Formats: sequence, structure tokens, C-alpha cells
Amino acid sequence: MRSLGPILVVVLHILAIWYVACVPMNVREVLTAAERAGAEIVPPEASVRRDMGAIPLVLANTDHLGGSWSQDRAKLPAPHQVAQEIWASTFVEEVEGRRGLIRSGTFSNRGLIHHTGITLWATVLGFAMGTGMGILLAIGIVHSRTMDMSVMPWAIVSQTIPIVALAPMIIVVLYSVGVQGMLPKAVISAYLSFFPVVVGMVKGLRSPDQSQLDLMHTYNASSRDVLIKLRLPASVPYLFASLKIGIAASLVGAIVGELPVQKGGLGARMLAGSYYGQTTQIWAALFAAALLAAFLVRAVGWIERRTQRAMGLSA
Amino acid sequence: MTLVLAAVVVWALGWSLNRWLANGPVRKARWVRLAVPAIFGITLLVMWELIVRGLDVPRVILPPPSAIGVAFVENLPILWADFRQTILKGGLSGYAIGCGAAFLAAILVDRYDFLRRGLLPVGNFMAALPIVGTAPILVMWYGFGWESKAAVVVLMVFFPMLVNTVAGLQDTSAMQRDLMRTYGASYWNTLIKLRLPAAMPFVFNGLKISTTLALIGAIVAEFFGSPTVGLGFRISTSVGQLALDMVWASIVVAALSGSLFYGVVALLEREATFWHPSQRRR
Repeated sequence: MRSLGPILVVVLHILAIWYVACVPMNVREVLTAAERAGAEIVPPEASVRRDMGAIPLVLANTDHLGGSWSQDRAKLPAPHQVAQEIWASTFVEEVEGRRGLIRSGTFSNRGLIHHTGITLWATVLGFAMGTGMGILLAIGIVHSRTMDMSVMPWAIVSQTIPIVALAPMIIVVLYSVGVQGMLPKAVISAYLSFFPVVVGMVKGLRSPDQSQLDLMHTYNASSRDVLIKLRLPASVPYLFASLKIGIAASLVGAIVGELPVQKGGLGARMLAGSYYGQTTQIWAALFAAALLAAFLVRAVGWIERRTQRAMGLSA
Repeated sequence: MTLVLAAVVVWALGWSLNRWLANGPVRKARWVRLAVPAIFGITLLVMWELIVRGLDVPRVILPPPSAIGVAFVENLPILWADFRQTILKGGLSGYAIGCGAAFLAAILVDRYDFLRRGLLPVGNFMAALPIVGTAPILVMWYGFGWESKAAVVVLMVFFPMLVNTVAGLQDTSAMQRDLMRTYGASYWNTLIKLRLPAAMPFVFNGLKISTTLALIGAIVAEFFGSPTVGLGFRISTSVGQLALDMVWASIVVAALSGSLFYGVVALLEREATFWHPSQRRR
């Protein structure tokens, strides 16, 4: 915990910079509002103000900046506004809202918890699909030289391709075939987590060295036994390293996959916020996504530690 | 139906050819390493063409590769304009700014232990976040032009690059640093002559990860608003028009530029870190 202090200092600095940045970012709207309320703004003509930079405007009107941190549709909402929005769209919405948990028995579809849940399930489903298929393909690649030479170069090249670009098309195509709901998003998530798992898993399955393989050979072990008793256990550290990359990629895939559909989820929430200028809503969704990402990576890390303990790999 | 049968035959032929190449007498040859994946790719393309034609799959679901090729060639000027807008203006400028800033920040972080203990965990945390989510905010701030895309790219590449460079700057042994001390080398001398060269493999690792992230950022940011040009714009509007051959042609452009971008960085890496074990020619 030696680094707790420095981390706190850095986070506090970020918050301070954020608060300061709110002033020049929001200065135009704040000054317009102040002018309507009867205050005297220094260049009185709105057309002159439009062509001025934000910093000179701030310096010229230091008395009228009080509204910088309480704008309704701020260009940059202040941290406490975002925190209020998160609180209002989670706890308050569920407890007091007409469609909230207390009144209706389900999470409100206007609240963040509902949308975070949609994204979470799409991510987890896609991640499970992608990981499962990745492991199967990796086992195939390790056992067949033909498959190795044909597929592996493509798996590596595909890592250099911006696969997310496919997202809207996958959604529309699956929709026109009649598949909708969670599955199309999960397919994109699966696609994004698939290749990291294949590459890491092939490395892991190949990690036993020759003497270990020779030992299995002297036991007259079949290739299935070698796989189950030697290769798979040896690949566990590699698997978890790529699972951590894969789960983060899955979340990005699910969020991007929600953009064209607009049936709930954090991505839909962000896009709706950007359509209607609800900046605090975008920021709240962003923080929810950040928390979700941190939670998912932590969860994989927890499973990793449990697995390693069960296998006796670490104390 | 005959076309589908032909696809099965093509698969069998391609696969057995690959099997022979991979396990037969020529398996060690250099050209086989290239030929086998090429044959595999071509087999898949031919099967795609035959099955789509054989089963009369509607073009709004999956166009055959030949139609994609035709769309690609016919719309070359449009795609070139999209490429310039998204990749050259949005992607590359953001990549240069983001990686450059992260590199300088990494040197600063490395210099002060306090920053390293404070900023690095935050950076590690940020590197795992879905930063694509900032795209709507940045589009709102910087407008629909390429500047907002560059800003998204800067944010996306900054943290992976920072984390990698800091890790690289610490990758010198105590022995090497002691040697520099016995020469009476200053901090800057040690940095330039020992630690930066030693960090190069890590720096290039960060640069390579960032190439894909840069393209993803530039394309996804266009989904949130763009001028009427750009790969992300092309993909989302063509999906709306059900012009799937155009979508696929845009994806071909994205894929080719992604691989090219990565290839260029990998080539630079080979030139810059020729001394590193992973780059030595066997």
C-alpha cells in the first residue's frame, strides 16, 4: 500500500484539473446565461464573443463565472454533476422512480443499472462463446500441422485489422436473417475476444518442453492424455493472460454493437446522450462502463488466483 | 446445388494440397510457409463465391467476393477519399500526437518515483477501459471534422503506449547502470545511450498495439458524427442503404490499411532493434 498516497494525489490532481477545465469549456453558455439574468458581460456583443478565444473571455469576465459548475447541459459537466447523475439514475431512480425496483419489482429501464446489466450479459455471453471457440481452434492448431500453417498466419494478420468496423454490418445482417436481441452483440464480443485467446492458447499449449513431452511418450500416453494431463494444465497461465485482454475487448465489442440497435445498453445510452445533448448522461454511462471493465478484469483475476491455488501453482 | 458441391470439392482439393505441402517432402521449404496460408485463403474465397451463388443468398445478406471486388474497383475514388479522411487525417495525426505525448510522459514518469507510483496504476487502469466511449463527448467538443477523430485516437493510444514505454525504461540491469556510473555518465547520458535503446523493443510493442487501436478509434468515432466522407461514415450509411458490397469494400480498405500500418511499424522495428534476440535472423 506504499503507492496509495501517490495514487490519491494523482487522482486529486486529475479532479482539480477537471474542475478548472470546466471554466473555459463552459464559458460561452455561462456568459450567455449571466447576460440574460442582467449581468454586464465585457464584450457586450454576442457576435464579438463568438470569435474570441475561451481564455480571454474567462479573463475578461472573472466575476460572472459562478455558473461554470452548475450548467444544465454543460459542454464539460463538473465531477460532482456526474456523480449526482450516477446517483440519480441508479439509487434514486430505483427507489423513487415509477418504473424503479421498489414500485415495479424490476430495474427501471431509465436507470443505469438496467443498461449496465444488458451490456454485462452481452459481454459475458460473447466472451464465453469467443473463449470456447478460441480454445477449440487452438487445440486443433496444436494437433494438426496443416491447420497450424493455414490458419495461424491469418489469425495473426487479423489482429492488425480494425474488426470493430464490422459491427454495424454484423448486426444488420443477423437482424435480416431473423436473429436479434442479445445474440448479435454477443457475436461481436465473441469475435473480438476470439483471436487473443487463440494466439495465447497456442503459445500455452506449446509451452511444455521436449523432456516433458518425452516423459509422456515413455508412459505410452495417447495424444489425448498428453493434451489433458500435460498441455492444458501448462497452458493455464497463458490462457488467463489472454482472457484479461479478451474480456476488455469483449466489453468494447458489446458497447460498439449497441450503437446501431438502440435497444438498451451502455452504448445506446451514450448515443442517445450525444443525440440529445445530455452530456451528464454520456459521462455517467462512461463511468458505468469503466466500473464494469474494472469489475470484469478483477473477476477474471479472481478466477485466475482461485484456479492457480487449486492447481498448487501459487501459495 | 452443383455449385455447392463444387465448393465441397474445392475445399477437399485445397485442404489435401495443403496437407501434402505441410507434411510432405517440401515442408521445410521457405515458399511453403507463404503458399499454405495463401492457398487456404483462396480456397475460402472460392467457396464463399460458390456457396453464395449456389444457394442464391440475397445480396443484402452476403454479397459474393466478386461483387465486393467490383464495388471496390468501381468506387476507388470514393474509397480513396474515405481513406485520406479517416486513416491519414484522423488516424495518423492522432497516432503521432498520442504516441509522442505518451513517450514524453513516460520519460517524466520514469524520472520521478512519486509519479511512477501514482500515475502508473492509474494508467494501467485506464489502459483496460473502453475508451471508445469518450468518442461522443469528443465529437461534441471538436466538431464533426477529423480533429475529433484524432482526439479519440490520442486518448486510445496514450495509455498503452505510456505503460509499455515506462516498462521499457526500467528494463536495464543493475550491472549496466553501474557501468554507466563508473563512466561518470549524467542522467541524460544514461537515458540516451543506455536506457532509451534498451527500451526500444517495449516502445515498438506499444507502437504496434497502438496501430490497431488508432484505426478502431478513428472508425468508431465516425459512427457518432462525421462529414459525408470517411470509412466509418461509409460503413454506417451503406449499411443503412443495404449496399453491403460497399460495406465490405470499405472493410477491405480498413483491413488493408490496418495490415499496412502494422507492417510499416514492424519494419521500422526490425531496423531499429536489429540487435534484439527476437529480431535476429536465424
